[in-house]
Amino acid sequence: MTIKIGVPSKGRLMEKTFDWFAERGVSLSRAGSEREYAGKVEGIEGVELVLLSAGEIPRELSAGRIHLGVTGQDLIREKLSQWDQRVEELAELGFGQADLIIAVPQVWVDVDTLEDLDAVSAAFRAEHGFRLRIATKYHRLVREYLKEHGVADYQLVDSQGATEGTIKNLTAESVADITSSGETLRANHLKILSDALVLRSQATLFKARGLKLSDEDRATRTELLKKLGVWN
Amino acid sequence: MIDRSAPRKLAAELRAQFEAQGAVPVEPPFLLPAETLLDLYGEDIRGRAYVTSDPARGEMFMRPDFTVPVVEMHMAQGAEPARYTYAGEVFRRQEENPDRAIEYLQVGYEVFDRADPVGAEAEVFARIASALKPMGLKAVTGDIGLLRAAIEGLETTDRRKAALLRHIWHPRRFRALLDRFSGRAPVPAARAALLNAADPLANAGPMIGLRSAAEIEDRITALKEDAATAPLSERELELIEALLDVRETVPFALEQLRDLAVDLPAINGAVDRMAARGAALEKLGVSLDTLEFEATYGRTSMEYYDGFVFGLIAEDRPDLPPVASGGRYDALTSKLGQGREIPAVGGVIRPGLVLDLGGLS
Repeated sequence: MTIKIGVPSKGRLMEKTFDWFAERGVSLSRAGSEREYAGKVEGIEGVELVLLSAGEIPRELSAGRIHLGVTGQDLIREKLSQWDQRVEELAELGFGQADLIIAVPQVWVDVDTLEDLDAVSAAFRAEHGFRLRIATKYHRLVREYLKEHGVADYQLVDSQGATEGTIKNLTAESVADITSSGETLRANHLKILSDALVLRSQATLFKARGLKLSDEDRATRTELLKKLGVWN
Repeated sequence: MIDRSAPRKLAAELRAQFEAQGAVPVEPPFLLPAETLLDLYGEDIRGRAYVTSDPARGEMFMRPDFTVPVVEMHMAQGAEPARYTYAGEVFRRQEENPDRAIEYLQVGYEVFDRADPVGAEAEVFARIASALKPMGLKAVTGDIGLLRAAIEGLETTDRRKAALLRHIWHPRRFRALLDRFSGRAPVPAARAALLNAADPLANAGPMIGLRSAAEIEDRITALKEDAATAPLSERELELIEALLDVRETVPFALEQLRDLAVDLPAINGAVDRMAARGAALEKLGVSLDTLEFEATYGRTSMEYYDGFVFGLIAEDRPDLPPVASGGRYDALTSKLGQGREIPAVGGVIRPGLVLDLGGLS
């Protein structure tokens, strides 16, 4: 058996993860060609690299098909109910920062806080006959957040990409999305509510909880975590 | 495997008992159009109910309770007064409490009667309490009507009252609104800047989206009017807080509420109604001396219950939800009936919990 570690299969997130491991004496790399999703691990025996989409890593950890995984805290919280029962955060890796925020058109000069959004939702519903639409792919996180803060008369509409464009296209009045610099929001004439940070997220190393491991695998995992400086 | 036969048998017996007492048995559908429930409860319902869909009908919810389908049946074909009973499964997502049941039986008793509202409330409570009498449960009652009456009686604008009434079931937002309207919370900087701006929409960027410039201007006008409105007085806030704190057996609670009503005359009608309900309950053999009253009972868990509410609780099992609960839900029927007034009060028993706690013998 081996200890399987899941890492995002594409782009900057993969490269930065590789760098983070390399700095700690564990070399991760893609095996073979650019298109091949098999990985190679050097610097420790008995560890296998699995390249996956960042969005699938929460599910794979929860199912125990990988033992460790690197993904965003936003994806873990959105996709796993009672996430802290299923996985444990071992280390924040210092990159992939993204805030889940709620944004509205800049021209809504009367809206700056959740209190405003709630009041406008009530008025919007009375005027238009349907609930104010917030476009997002983070349904659970946003719904829980708005419930906790007592915002009513809104609806979530699904948007898996180009979310900032939904307002101009008249398919939503507001968006809840991940932003790092806010540039895309500004380019689309949107502004962030000043008191509505739904979640602050970054790339994080997670450990699946409640796994039954052989003594050998357990020793391998411990050795790896010690090497990475996240053993406690 | 869950043993379904024992709770099913008990549910059938309870329903038969309500039927013998004059209720018409009804069999509402399992699948409900999502739009109706979303319009009533908002997105929050997605966290509590299971959703399914088909290409022709769109999203459907597996019924999280019987209230909506029973009211819809009554509106479509019922004559008043009407009494209904039912027994069947409800389905609840339990993301936060994975140990709780996601499907369980409910037996209900619902009364639609506008002639004698307090009589109907006493009847529902007494029928359900007497069915469960052998269990020695603790009964707690409440009445959201008192808080409603207090809000309606505040010396402030209708707009502020409407905002408070809209959030009566969301204590956190309700509290934030009270703080805003009383000046306890400072005006946010962005709001202050907006109110002082000569032309707030200058340099605001292009108009995008469905919400129009007129809607934005209307809200600015409303905010300016609100800023010019006198704050709620400390006295009024203290009275509301005192009202929310009432927690006594019914006779003592009535006494406290009468004292409060001296300074808060708006609640007089609601207190009279509570007293009349007490008399109706006594007539049905319910002892008020041991009946608990909490002014905020059901405020977070029973949205749209806007008057009398009750729960029957196993005191030594705080981990369990109430074995039975119910109340008046005129706010729900009025929303479902698009303004039609359909006075409604009802309650449900969970036979599965009855059996878990040792049954009725």
